[in-house]
Amino acid sequence: MALTDIWFLLIAVLWTGYLVLEGFDFGVGMLLPFVGRDAVDRKVTLRTIGPVWDGNEVWLLVAGGATFAAFPFWYATLFSGFYLALLIILVALILRGIALEYRGKLDDSSWHRRWDLVIVGSSAVPALLWGVALANIVRGVPMGADHEFAGNFFTLLNPYALLGGVTTLLLFALHGAIFLALKTHGEVHDRALKLVPPIGLATVVAAAAFLAWTQAFDGSALTWTLALAAALCLIGALAASRFGREGWAFVGTAATIALAAATLFTTLYPNVLPSTTDAAFSLTTVNAASTHYTLKIMTWVAVIFTPVVLAYQGYTYWVFRKRLGRTDIYQPAEKVTS
Amino acid sequence: MDAIDLARWQFGIITVYHFLFVPITIGMSALVAGLHTAWYRTGKQKYRRMTQFWGKLFLINFAIGVVTGIVQEFQFGMNWSSYSKFVGDIFGAPLAIEGLLAFFLESTFLGLWIFGWDRLPKKVHLASIWLVAIGTQLSAYFILAANSWMQWPRGYTYNSATGRAELHDFGAVLTNKVVLATYPHTIAASFLTAGAFMLGIALWHLLRRPGENGSLFRPAVKLGAITTLVAAAALMITGDIQAKIMTDTQPMKMAAAEALYDTSAPAPFSILTIGSLDGSKEVWSLKVPHGLSFLATSTWNGKVEGINNLQTAYEQRFGPGSYKPNVPLTYWTFRFMILAGVLTAAIALLALWQLRRQRKSSKWLIRAALAVPLLPLLGNSLGWIFTEMGRQPWIVFGLMQTRDGVSPSVGAGSVLTSLIVLTLLYGVLAVVEVFLLLRFAREVPAETTEPSDPEAAEPAFLY
Ligand code: HDD
Ligand code: HEM
Ligand code: HEM
Repeated sequence: MALTDIWFLLIAVLWTGYLVLEGFDFGVGMLLPFVGRDAVDRKVTLRTIGPVWDGNEVWLLVAGGATFAAFPFWYATLFSGFYLALLIILVALILRGIALEYRGKLDDSSWHRRWDLVIVGSSAVPALLWGVALANIVRGVPMGADHEFAGNFFTLLNPYALLGGVTTLLLFALHGAIFLALKTHGEVHDRALKLVPPIGLATVVAAAAFLAWTQAFDGSALTWTLALAAALCLIGALAASRFGREGWAFVGTAATIALAAATLFTTLYPNVLPSTTDAAFSLTTVNAASTHYTLKIMTWVAVIFTPVVLAYQGYTYWVFRKRLGRTDIYQPAEKVTS
Repeated sequence: MDAIDLARWQFGIITVYHFLFVPITIGMSALVAGLHTAWYRTGKQKYRRMTQFWGKLFLINFAIGVVTGIVQEFQFGMNWSSYSKFVGDIFGAPLAIEGLLAFFLESTFLGLWIFGWDRLPKKVHLASIWLVAIGTQLSAYFILAANSWMQWPRGYTYNSATGRAELHDFGAVLTNKVVLATYPHTIAASFLTAGAFMLGIALWHLLRRPGENGSLFRPAVKLGAITTLVAAAALMITGDIQAKIMTDTQPMKMAAAEALYDTSAPAPFSILTIGSLDGSKEVWSLKVPHGLSFLATSTWNGKVEGINNLQTAYEQRFGPGSYKPNVPLTYWTFRFMILAGVLTAAIALLALWQLRRQRKSSKWLIRAALAVPLLPLLGNSLGWIFTEMGRQPWIVFGLMQTRDGVSPSVGAGSVLTSLIVLTLLYGVLAVVEVFLLLRFAREVPAETTEPSDPEAAEPAFLY
């Protein structure tokens, strides 16, 4: 395997990590008003992701940085080409981070309500747009010999990409609901569990259509297998949640997201950004890559430090493994009596 | 304005804004870790309350540092795609390594520190905040290594077949003499910022209600003032080293910083100069004889090259064009950067002196207390504006000009949209952050007797 292939794989892994991890915290954000009917329940809901969401987001930052380092032409063309879409995502991520961090700083219900609205919107928007963006990467964009994006914002809003967006939106909502069911007890748990079947059903339909359509671009036995495995995991997740096996259900949606990402990246390979103008103009793992020397250094760094990162992130999840409920939320005495 | 000017404005605004919060994070994470250590060692409630009070302010600041950082990671690709293609082989690596080594560390362990207050073993809890502080240092080093490469490209070869700069010695990038000077200078500036931040807030409390808040804020005034003074000394020393390195790497920047038009030996240090607006002639000035020679070369009579001579030399080397940065801007930002640090240190000294003499609080000292956290912020911004504008017209010194770095596929309309959207958004964030900071800065943390009372941590630290 050439270093360029290893780096394609690593970037796919970073994206997968990002989608699996931030997927559930986007889901939790979107479902906030539905599972948290009062102030205490909303606190319970948000506290499930409190210690981890920022660490989850760093997967995106590292995916971005790694793309810059390993495939500078991919980074440059993609981010300048998807300019306005990316701007919307950035604005949403900024608002989301601030909302999550500042919401709890004041004990004031109108302050909370405003930030809650921001959390819902800023979780849903990137959940949708990342799907649109990934689908467009797989599908390809108009691009000439200079490897510059030749479309505009509306080029990105094609039916296939929009279906991709709907798929990630639903999938993340489902992933979030199952995560909440796993991480809470009491009312939040029950409401989250009730949301699983309806969202699950819609997700199955959207995901099946999207993954089948994806085969049209560069389908092979391998991509079909991955897509089918994703579908099976999704159904398995729904079944597990039906039988109260919340841990397995979460493993199921996580595997669904990972396999769906694997389907997309396998379809994409060996391109990193296909040109719909002429296949000869596509950016590939070879013509977009950094030099061998740079990739070698980056590989060493990744080999040494990735396990360390995984270990301490895993430790965080272990420390906060306990299910949360209303009794974990500190309520000032006067609030309880009133 | 065309796409280039807009993209430059955007980069400047976005990055300077990010760097308002960054130094507070770098400095405060270490100071809070120090307070936490004092609490861990002594078990004294005083230190626990201090850790919480300053920790809260640190967290409010940290949030904005994080979200504005997200834009930083992507804006090279968005607005500067030609630049990204040209330097990606070199510049991308430190950025990616920063993410892997530093951002994961900071975000994960900060989560543990906040939410692990009553759940982690005490030692692990203390270690988490130290790991956050170490993360900020790593972050600073790698990003500054990337920036220093733009100031003084090392360890690369230009490949004319691919039309880009390619890395051949990563060690040379990480040990570039510019980053070796810039890093300690920036860290010193960060501690100046954090020290002044602590000093200002603590002084204000102390002056308003000396009796009541004394036990909590007297040590904070001392810690803040001493940090400020040590940092100011370190800034002077590292700044002097930077000036010498700059004379060697970017003589034009040094000449512009001094508005020195003609090569001179000995060269005087100018305190004030009024030049013609196009930056080619001097009208009036106030000077310290031999001063610049000493600053730039360590000898009293050293030769310092002037703007006009350098311009001629560069034209011969790089072809026709202007190689002068904006001279008045470079000149004044350099001066006010230094002035900001000197004023901060002076106030810190005064505060210590007042504290020792136990004097009655004076009105103007309260006013100074309010201003002192702002001065280093100004100094930091001016320092960066000086560094980056003084490098112009180059984006990578000697290799690529800024105007060649922008994204060809991004129109002025798109850049303008994002410039307006981000600037407005950042404006709103500033209002919210200042509101929260002022509110929590005023709130005196409650006295608790319980050694580990989870409720005391609640409203402040958790969601
Ligand atoms: C409060 C902040 C502060 C203070 C008091 C100073 N500086 Fe500074 N200076 C910075 C904050 C800063 C900075 C923001 O941190 C910069 C921008 C990039 C860098 O590394 O540091 C900087 C850059 C910078 C540079 C440019 C380096 C380059 O372009 O490569 C020089 C020559 C100096 N400084 C010199 C000084 C001197 C001689 C000082 C005092 C005697 C001084 N600075 C005080
Ligand atoms: C260490 C990381 C940094 C990198 C990699 C970097 C990179 C760049 C780049 C690519 C530009 C080109 C755009 C332009 O010329 O306008 C630029 C300009 C600029 N940067 Fe930096 N920068 C860094 C840090 C900073 C910081 C921390 C500040 C200030 C707080 C800053 C302030 C500026 C300003 C004001 C400009 C505008 C200069 C001009 O437009 O003439 N930079 N920088
Ligand atoms: C233009 C170049 C820069 C880029 C691309 C960049 C990128 C980022 C990113 C993505 C984050 C968020 C990390 C998170 O989510 O935890 C961040 C935060 C941070 N950055 Fe920057 N940064 C730049 C300039 C700088 C400079 C010059 C320094 C220090 C000298 C610095 C120091 C930090 C620190 C300490 C943090 C921690 C969060 C905080 O500030 O509160 N950055 N940066």
